[in-house]
Amino acid sequence: MDYIIIIVSAIFINNIVLAKFLGICPFLGVSKNTSTAVGMGGAVIFVMTIATIMTYLVQHYILIPLDIAYMQTVTYILVIAFLVQVVEIVLKKVSPDLYQALGVYLPLITTNCTILGVAILVIQNNFNLLESVIFAIGNSVGFTLAIAIFSSLREQLDLADLPEYMQGIPAALITASILSMAFMGFAGLV
Amino acid sequence: MAPISRKENFLKGIIKENPVFVILLGLCPTLGVTSSAVNGLGMGVATAFVLVMSNLVISLVKNVIPDKVRIPSFIVIIAAFVTVVQLLMAAYTPALNEQLGLFIPLIVVNCIVLGRAEAFASRNTALSSIIDGLGMGVGFTFALTLLGAIRELLGSLSLFGYKFIDADGMLVFILAPGAFISLGFIIAIMNWMKNRKRSPH
Repeated sequence: MDYIIIIVSAIFINNIVLAKFLGICPFLGVSKNTSTAVGMGGAVIFVMTIATIMTYLVQHYILIPLDIAYMQTVTYILVIAFLVQVVEIVLKKVSPDLYQALGVYLPLITTNCTILGVAILVIQNNFNLLESVIFAIGNSVGFTLAIAIFSSLREQLDLADLPEYMQGIPAALITASILSMAFMGFAGLV
Repeated sequence: MAPISRKENFLKGIIKENPVFVILLGLCPTLGVTSSAVNGLGMGVATAFVLVMSNLVISLVKNVIPDKVRIPSFIVIIAAFVTVVQLLMAAYTPALNEQLGLFIPLIVVNCIVLGRAEAFASRNTALSSIIDGLGMGVGFTFALTLLGAIRELLGSLSLFGYKFIDADGMLVFILAPGAFISLGFIIAIMNWMKNRKRSPH
């Protein structure tokens, strides 16, 4: 039951983009059309799940035993950068199809703050390994959901007749605001 | 690139190339922490410190780092300064540290810091890199404080924690949707002013 609460809360109530403001750069940058948005979402689900497991293990088997938890930020960002490289190389060899689909998004993920953010949140919330994995999956699915909805809204926005100063980012931000308001409606769910 | 004066180098980060309003970098902390003017100011100063220090160090070591590993090296330098900020804030401003929470370690992945390292510090002298970092940092702080002040004013009718009308504001401006909509309108107003200057009628 706890696991279901973690998932529902990560996807809808505390949506990582619309309520916690992580990953705004890809949210605004890669949301011009739905297919690239979904591709980015897929890459994030993949990398976030692996990265959270890796950083969890690093935290509990290296940083805490050596009493150097203050090195968290430096270590995590290195682990994530390294992981993204490895995933890219492995995918290229093992599954060229998947690499084709996710390839261009992978390098962008290192600087996607959702990955580092979730890795740190897991430690702050004192989750165990299984809870961490579920939390990572929930948050990355939440990211994908938000960016997919947002990109389909933006496709429509391109057709709207807006004054020149509203076009592009201002209109996108105001749309995001309304979308975020809609997600607030889930607040009483759990 | 034509050589520009020190003053211009400093000022460009504040208005013309403002990292938030014009280049649209570093939007996560911009939206995430600006529920009040004080939070915006604190986050801005923390980021400015990291920007200046990492710009300085990167411009000093730029000739030593091989080109291929430059991005990872930059990230490690930035992460080191972020850790310094994190420890300093936990020690001296625990309340603010609590408020900003997750966004302090996330300065590492703030695109502005890496962006300036790559675009400016890696090809300029130490002094002009410091000035560039300072300008960008002030511009970022200005943007965050402005957004924080607007949201605080509309959301709780107070400014920098000082409440002048004893009534409830529009709570939505403190919550997530208010962040998006305020920033959207600020950028729209800036675009509008820019257009008007270009074609006066």
